[in-house]
Amino acid sequence: MRRPSKGEIRIANVVKIYGSEEVGIRAVDDCTFDVPAGKITVVVGPSGCGKTTLLNAIAGFHSITSGTIHLDDLMLCGPGRAQADPGPDRIVVFQNGALFPWKTIVENVAFGPIVQGRLPRKEAFDKARRMLAESGLHNLESNYPGEISSGMRRRVEIARALMNDPKVLLLDEPYRALDSLTKSVMHEALLEVFDRNQVTIFFITHDLEEAIFLGHRVVIMTTRPCRPKKILTVDIPHPRDYSVLTAKRFREYLDETVEAVHEEALKAFAAGERER
Amino acid sequence: MTGTAALAERTYQLLLSVRFWRGAVATIVFIVLWEIAARAGISRVPAPSAVVVTFNDLMRDPSYWFSWYLSTRRVFAGFLIAMLVGIPLGLAMAVSRAFYGVVFPVFEVLRPIPPLAWVPAAIIFWPTQELSIMFVTFLGAFYTIVINVIGGAQTIDLRYYQAARSMGSSGWDVFRRIILPGTVPSIVVGATVGIGIAWAVVVAAEMISGGGSAGSMGGAKGGGLGFFIWNSYVGGSYTQIVVGMISIGVAGYISSAALRKLGEMVTPWLREQ
Repeated sequence: MRRPSKGEIRIANVVKIYGSEEVGIRAVDDCTFDVPAGKITVVVGPSGCGKTTLLNAIAGFHSITSGTIHLDDLMLCGPGRAQADPGPDRIVVFQNGALFPWKTIVENVAFGPIVQGRLPRKEAFDKARRMLAESGLHNLESNYPGEISSGMRRRVEIARALMNDPKVLLLDEPYRALDSLTKSVMHEALLEVFDRNQVTIFFITHDLEEAIFLGHRVVIMTTRPCRPKKILTVDIPHPRDYSVLTAKRFREYLDETVEAVHEEALKAFAAGERER
Repeated sequence: MTGTAALAERTYQLLLSVRFWRGAVATIVFIVLWEIAARAGISRVPAPSAVVVTFNDLMRDPSYWFSWYLSTRRVFAGFLIAMLVGIPLGLAMAVSRAFYGVVFPVFEVLRPIPPLAWVPAAIIFWPTQELSIMFVTFLGAFYTIVINVIGGAQTIDLRYYQAARSMGSSGWDVFRRIILPGTVPSIVVGATVGIGIAWAVVVAAEMISGGGSAGSMGGAKGGGLGFFIWNSYVGGSYTQIVVGMISIGVAGYISSAALRKLGEMVTPWLREQ
């Protein structure tokens, strides 16, 4: 078992304004919190609250207006560097999935090491096959993404991410489009992956139960502009399984936070934020 | 042999399908109505029976087949050059904003000019009649191909770029592994539509230009299918006109079907399960 001691993200005073400084939309405002290394941190907030903006800033897809984001000792973005460089140390798993439709499952999974020139083609494919086998997906190798279920696609995508030995996995509501039964299967699969890899996970959702079930730490966000409203440490030991959902402790955490989330949801609703 | 058995099985399935019979019956009804209309003197288009007789004669006439050959050669020459020029041009326009800004306005001004409007200019500018016709055919396919390539490349989902960049792809990797394969389906669509236009254009160009200088074999009849039709019209052979028209329909159909098949082969991920 690999246990990286590093992979901590520190977000400090991050501000993101879309448009001009005066009249633009303030998506993130003075946002400060830590994502501890080797733990699952779940960010909860209403749709459109600005949490994806934060994820995009960490991934290096978008710039920030001010503040700093560090990954361990490396400043990803901050003064003098508005936008981080995307890199294989931080891999994003997207809301609607981003497996390349023109590549087979095994080609998708082998993509990272091949383009980085880290492994020769053949070895990359061998490693990809092992990775798929580990996740119980080996029989899908030669399928195209369009031929498998969306739940399977998410699992393949996580396998593809792990092939890069990332320090951090950035998951942007990856299970949003799935039905609740598939979702529960996916949660357990993700926790299994986590128990095996101990990679830092930054997970975005608007589903509070999902957040508490998965997270070591749950960060509840205010709606636009987005900043932490309440940070919760979920003291339920890993590995967790679905019996946790009915445990008394789990219910208590839910009771403790549901009001905060609901409050923000109401605000978001009043502000007319639509589901994207 | 399994190949033969599979083919036999497929043919058998086809003969059982409603779709096949619907199409077959419709075609037969159409031909019968046409025959009746011609015999009753309602239509001056020659009857199908007369067309079949003429076609039977033409089957043994090498100059008829030479017309096929000439038109096909012109279509494919024009089409292939359109692909060779159009795909890189479209990709370059999709990738580089500066290049797009320079080339697209010119392209958009030229695009609405019908290829046939180029015929006189093409005859003047190109040294041989053959090249003029090929040039016009090229234009017919070219615009459609370029537009499809640009559209295809521009509508590739942003997430694929982000995922590729995040996994450490260089700019060249992104082009080769994302933009290129992501555009292939649109290239196939552009090619299939483009070759249809090329057939439409070649026939008209042959009529206007008089069949080209390659018409040495079998005299005037060697000028391609377009000229074959025109010549039949001038010579008063109405059944030959119809044979020529149907020939072009068949040629266009075969070309498009072949390209679609080829397209399916290069886009295995789009195949129906």
